[in-house]
Amino acid sequence: MTYSYFPGCTLKTKGKDLDLWGRASMAALGIELQELPQWQCCGAVYPQARDEIATKLPAVRALASARDLGQDLVTLCSACHHVIKRVNCDMAQDEYIRTRANNYMKLDVPYAGETKVLHYLEALRDQVGFGELQKRVKNPLAGRKIGAYYGCLLLRPSRELEFDDPENPAIIEDFIRALGAEPVVYAMRNECCGGYTTLENKPYAVKQAGKVLDNAANCGAEEIITACPLCMYNLKENGGGRLPVRYFTELLAEALGVKEAEA
Amino acid sequence: MSDMTEIVKRISGVNPRKCMKCGKCSAACPAYDEMDYHPHQFVDMVENGRLEELMNSKGIYMCLSCFACMERCPRSVEPAKLIEAVRLAVVRQQDRNHLKPEQIPALLDPELPQQAITSAFRKYRK
Repeated sequence: MTYSYFPGCTLKTKGKDLDLWGRASMAALGIELQELPQWQCCGAVYPQARDEIATKLPAVRALASARDLGQDLVTLCSACHHVIKRVNCDMAQDEYIRTRANNYMKLDVPYAGETKVLHYLEALRDQVGFGELQKRVKNPLAGRKIGAYYGCLLLRPSRELEFDDPENPAIIEDFIRALGAEPVVYAMRNECCGGYTTLENKPYAVKQAGKVLDNAANCGAEEIITACPLCMYNLKENGGGRLPVRYFTELLAEALGVKEAEA
Repeated sequence: MSDMTEIVKRISGVNPRKCMKCGKCSAACPAYDEMDYHPHQFVDMVENGRLEELMNSKGIYMCLSCFACMERCPRSVEPAKLIEAVRLAVVRQQDRNHLKPEQIPALLDPELPQQAITSAFRKYRK
């Protein structure tokens, strides 16, 4: 199975671990993530205003490129996933945006939301299956108590993201279980960590990161996993070292024995 | 300002008259304490044409874009879209960028992901 893959700006730089272990693990599971031949930064924030057209075009380019390759498009960074998935909804459902975006793009075949966008975790769940994943685990993470941090971007708005139940998600807990560890459910796992404010209101970002980590620790989590480089930064750098925070792909690589093979 | 109110309604796609004033958006907002006007007030004040007060509020830069208000609104009013439209009404004006490139070097730290800078630029300047 081959997917088109959109890594995004941060996964090429500060979030390299998310990308590296993500690709290596999928390869070990027999799935190829084929990086789009040309892609641009998605912009990291979905432009909500209906008259924002130019800021949606990088996502449209990626989507149209995957369509032309005849592949589903896999994303890994939560922000890229959020932006690309929502722009895809616009292109499928909003004629005003679709017409204007296509007028700019002048593609050979206009784009109208044909590409299926999947987050890495969805591809893992639906293509590999968590049952099969469990069988492929070489180093079960037995005895480890892990809190899933979903944050905002993967879940909301659920009508467009269609990722999981936005108030009681389960996909990352199922993933943790498949790796042989124990998922720890805590209330703040789907609340915002405040990462967006780190540049201009750091005290708030620190406060909010602390709330998330304290809640996770109080519920028994001994470590946290995330799919978002900004959450990673905020929970790690602004979280006062309360708990170790890692990308979910690093744990996956560890459980699959990919990490030691690479090391 | 009445023209501007219409523009904000149009580009946000939000109809503030759908609001039934339950306050769930503000109850769900993780940045509530940081905002001078809260999400439910944005909806009410746009409906009543009080746009200038909103455009001068700090709350437009404190919205986290976490979409909790949109997810939990029982009437699909989508306050986050309204807050963004008000912010755009400000930053689209000449010299009203909230974040300038020359401010960035002082804000950098070695671990800061690109995503933080890209998103701040997208939210706070045009």
